[in-house]
Amino acid sequence: MMTEVGSETEVKKDSEQAGADKAKDKPEEASDTPENQKSRKAFSEEALDSSSVPVPTSQSSPSSQKKEKDSSESKGISRFLPPWLKKQKSYTLAEPKDEAKKKAVGEDQVIEESECQLPEEVAQPKKSLEEAATENQHNAKADEKEEKHSVSSAETQPAKEDGKEMEVEKVAEEKEEKQVEKEKRETKEVQTGEIKTENIPQKSPKKIKTVQCKVMLLDGTEYSCDLEKRAKGQMLFDRVCEHLNLLEKDYFGLLFYENSDQKNWLDPSKEIKRQIRSLPWLFTFNVKFYPPDPSQLTEDITRYFLCLQLRQDIASGRLPCSFVTHALLGSYTLQAELGDHDPEEHHSDYISEFQFAPSQTQEMEEKVVELHRTHRGLTPAQADSQFLESAKRLSMYGVDLHHAKDSEGVDIMLGVCANGLLIYKDRLRINRFAWPKILKISYKRSNFYIKVRPAELEQFESTIGFKLPNHRAAKRLWKVCVEHHTFFRLISPEQPPKAKFLTLGSKFRYSGRTQAQTRQASNLIDRPAPYFERTSSKRVSRSLDGAPIGISDQSLLRDFPTAQGGPAGDKVIDIEGVGQDKLKEGSREENGSPVKTPQLELIQDGKNNSLRVDGENIYVRHSNLMLEDLDKTQDDLLKHQASINELKRNFMESTPEPRPNEWEKRRITPLSLQTHGRHGSRAEGPCTGVSDADKSSHETLDIVEEKKQAEVGREETVVIDETNKGKMQVATDAGETCKVEHLSKKDSSSLPSDSSSSSSSESEDEVGEYQPHHRAIEEVIREEQEEEEDTNRKREHQEKIMQHVEATTEGSKLNVPVERTAQVTAEALVQENAVTIATEEKNFSEDMKQDLGEEKEEEQLRLNGDVSHVDIDVAPQIICCSEPPVVKTEMVTISDAAQRTEISTKEVPIVQTETKTITYESPQFDGSTGGNAGVLLSAQTITSESISTTTTTHITKMVKGGVSETRIEKRIVITGDADIDHDEALAQAIKEAKEQHPDMSVTRVVVHKETELAEEDEE
Amino acid sequence: MAGLGGGPAAFGRCTHAVVRALPESLCRQALRTAPGPEVDFARAEREHQLYVGVLKSKLGLQVLELPADESLPDCVFVEDAAVVCEETALLTRPGAPSRRKEVEAMKRVLEGLNLNMIEMVDENATLDGGDVLFTGREFFVGLSRRTNQRGAEILADTFKDYAVSTVPVHDSLHLKSFCSMAGPNLIAIGSSEAAQKALKTMQQMSDHRYDKLTVPDDAAANCIYLNVPSKGHVLLHRAPEEYPESAKVFEKLKDHMLIPIATTELEKVDGALTCCSVLINKTSEL
Repeated sequence: MMTEVGSETEVKKDSEQAGADKAKDKPEEASDTPENQKSRKAFSEEALDSSSVPVPTSQSSPSSQKKEKDSSESKGISRFLPPWLKKQKSYTLAEPKDEAKKKAVGEDQVIEESECQLPEEVAQPKKSLEEAATENQHNAKADEKEEKHSVSSAETQPAKEDGKEMEVEKVAEEKEEKQVEKEKRETKEVQTGEIKTENIPQKSPKKIKTVQCKVMLLDGTEYSCDLEKRAKGQMLFDRVCEHLNLLEKDYFGLLFYENSDQKNWLDPSKEIKRQIRSLPWLFTFNVKFYPPDPSQLTEDITRYFLCLQLRQDIASGRLPCSFVTHALLGSYTLQAELGDHDPEEHHSDYISEFQFAPSQTQEMEEKVVELHRTHRGLTPAQADSQFLESAKRLSMYGVDLHHAKDSEGVDIMLGVCANGLLIYKDRLRINRFAWPKILKISYKRSNFYIKVRPAELEQFESTIGFKLPNHRAAKRLWKVCVEHHTFFRLISPEQPPKAKFLTLGSKFRYSGRTQAQTRQASNLIDRPAPYFERTSSKRVSRSLDGAPIGISDQSLLRDFPTAQGGPAGDKVIDIEGVGQDKLKEGSREENGSPVKTPQLELIQDGKNNSLRVDGENIYVRHSNLMLEDLDKTQDDLLKHQASINELKRNFMESTPEPRPNEWEKRRITPLSLQTHGRHGSRAEGPCTGVSDADKSSHETLDIVEEKKQAEVGREETVVIDETNKGKMQVATDAGETCKVEHLSKKDSSSLPSDSSSSSSSESEDEVGEYQPHHRAIEEVIREEQEEEEDTNRKREHQEKIMQHVEATTEGSKLNVPVERTAQVTAEALVQENAVTIATEEKNFSEDMKQDLGEEKEEEQLRLNGDVSHVDIDVAPQIICCSEPPVVKTEMVTISDAAQRTEISTKEVPIVQTETKTITYESPQFDGSTGGNAGVLLSAQTITSESISTTTTTHITKMVKGGVSETRIEKRIVITGDADIDHDEALAQAIKEAKEQHPDMSVTRVVVHKETELAEEDEE
Repeated sequence: MAGLGGGPAAFGRCTHAVVRALPESLCRQALRTAPGPEVDFARAEREHQLYVGVLKSKLGLQVLELPADESLPDCVFVEDAAVVCEETALLTRPGAPSRRKEVEAMKRVLEGLNLNMIEMVDENATLDGGDVLFTGREFFVGLSRRTNQRGAEILADTFKDYAVSTVPVHDSLHLKSFCSMAGPNLIAIGSSEAAQKALKTMQQMSDHRYDKLTVPDDAAANCIYLNVPSKGHVLLHRAPEEYPESAKVFEKLKDHMLIPIATTELEKVDGALTCCSVLINKTSEL
């Protein structure tokens, strides 16, 4: 069952994302969606049944359980929430979230999206969906194997692409076949990489709606084409690149303007429609990543486009130059476009048609001419190279500026570049944070934060906050940072250890190739230098005046000068697959290029895509890599990276770190311009606190947390603390493992606490609060009403259970019941019901029994050794409820149990899901200890898997205030059917933990349960 | 050589130098950060003549020598009156009101060189050239008692090609009171805490990694690096008699032609090697 569950969750997640981002054109998705929905329903039903879950060990404690339904959640919470929940969220949110992208999830997402969209678009009848549902389940199973998700699937896709009908067939065939899912994933990956062939398979008989796109090119011309309404950004981008005959395209991107000056990069992996919303389908082809050394570009044509971009940048004033440099660059432009200076042909006024600078004087033009004469003999390509050699030295070359204010409200500019983040005040650079120095990047609401490595003499990491004009600006900046860091600093995009991560908040990651990868790919370019005509900058420059979008002056447009000439043959040769278009649209098969070519490309891309890590708004860099000296050789970096990846993988599977807490504390430190670093002790962030529950879009979560979440299915984590006083908390999380507990910090709030409420309106509303202290204490159970009623209902899929036991030293962390307000999405109806704990526990125990039983052995294995004894006596347990962002929640006191019922949104009628999170925490929980002050001695993570369970044990040894403390955190994920008695299993697990580690006490038990309810109809 | 065309490789190239004779009023009226022994004018003149002689005779620069102005006791420190980088000159607005008129003579001489001239007219801006460190790749501007933010902004506006980063300077008169360029990629830096802190700031602000040459004495960290076609790397540094320990450090620079120059008298009024000249690399016709 686990497989099913996992897969489903993934799928849902995917769908969620997809829904948010782009539901459009992918036929496959559409087809899948029905299935998914069904599966969801099944889950939800099950969930309902299992909803009431007694916590075995913790029963003694009067802990109240809350059951919530998370149809909608804040991003923060969403992490914990099962994918489908997220999906719902996305629904509720009218706006698509850019953030949500998981490449790993890739296909699944697509599918989900399609589902989501379906209702909206009316694309597919429910019937089909239902039918599909069965398939989905199968697929889901396959998904779990996603880890394996290999490139292989890519092959199949191309075929699919061809016919929509084909898709349907496939679906049928694939039912039950895991491969299907794999394939889907692959396809998705492929899409991200270069072209998305996924679209091809469509169930819906609908005719494809097309929209005309216009793209302003760098040479001032306009390219227009018809795209499926649901096409992803990649499709358009690939078309444009094909049109331009551009192979080294990873440096480029498509922009759309929200307002006159708010430029957004079109995310290739998301549907265009979802990104631009109501904006016109008007884009600008621009350089996205300015290569620090243009001479390393492989093709002249690439350099040419870079030159065009820079000429625009210079003429528009975005790239400031001195008088002399304006003149010099202008002279190279003349040389490239006009050739050698010819006194007869080039009269004094020939130059005034060009624009070399924002304000161009006679004197400057004379200087340009003077210099032009000196370039005699330079070929256009050489002149371009010279141009770039000079331009690249400009201090603002490749710096993407964003308006912001520092902590004191002073206007500053944040510049993102290849090397890091630059801080400007009135053109003066007042600070700089190289990528290696930045540990974490996050944003919340309109605040943007960077966590900085401590300076030489400083002991603490510091967090520096900036205020952006609005949430969207903060998010834009964050994304740009994530992309630049990935592109320039990493060898390859971050790769998730497992494909099935579920995360809250923004899952955005750079999905393209890194500079290293694109260089590598460029080396394979084997084609004669393409012929292209250099357009005169006259036109370009004119249009540039005051036109933010680039060249809008139609009068200047010329026939397509450049790319068109590219013969089909070239395309075939291209590494990057030119074939995309063909695949996608049958209509566009002008090129006879063989389908195979595309496949190859696709495969490569797919890999890339798969690499992407899901994350949150928080972007944590490869910290180790960052540590590296810039001077290190590529090889060193590669080696290092490999080891880091390994570490990372391990780490991800392990329990979360304490960092989040620190993060919270320091998050708001003011920016001191001159200061290198800040101490962690800084004032708290503005947004912290329960109050944050409002709509805050927050995305600060630790990756660690994310990773946990990622593990879908049931996880149980048992942390055993050797600390004397530490008590054990056993928490079971239903559904995805929501609990992120930081070993080092007891107060650290688990992720659930972080939950942010997302508002239906926008991602902005998302609240991702990380509430350190509250979290631990909270217990949240989410259920759907139906669950109550149908406890007995059979659950087809049960996901579940994370048992998280955290041992802490004495201080009890406060038991403050936290009240969380969840935002209800406009569309979602949320009902809350208070339920007595007793009932819940009961159910729970039932559910758990079997699961735990199965897992017992594994647990024992894990626990062996370090921990000798576990106290489960946790008599006084504190239960807190954390509510997911979107869901209304009640305040829960220790003795209270609240049950929440949510009625699934109309939009997501078919699927019902359930998630429960129960946290039991011993009152003695240590809150007094100085947070992270402890010194980490060692950390160890062990993971074992069996058919239905996955157990991860994370052992951390720390020294705090002279006391050494060993924490064992065990996470057990149990995947199983309704038949499994989870309660018993949990009880068993705790018992065993105790036995194994008699010396240890159980400080925390978190049970997180995710259930998907089957449709009533079916059952 | 236009704009960035020269690049770091051309760093230290220099064709012209502007200097100014010292007025007798310097002895008693020159500004000084700390009271101290009176300047021995005769000796100060000898030292200065040696300095000018090195530039002119030994290194073959065209030295444009301005006459002293008794009403401007600090006029010998021409560096503060102008910042010249490549073909562009920024006439400053010195932080000390008594020195503002020094710029006039500087303006005249620079005009003769056909440079692109920018004048700092903003009355809220102050900038001393001694606070401006040009590394060949970027500018660092010390925010000191003599130089303010606005002055730095104008510098940034003037030299748009380059990053201009600000560095707080608290304990010294100028940024270059404790540092300077000793080579194309080499920053000479004093050992004081303030100097080291400033260096760290500069290192953090820069995309580039500089080598550093740490000398025991802050004052000795002010040296003049030149790239003279016939002589290669040339470094004018403080004499061993003045700063023996620091001189030893310079002597380890094997690739440099070392020219020790004493500046004992002018140092009494906060003078240093770089203060006494404005170096210009005029590549185009003249």
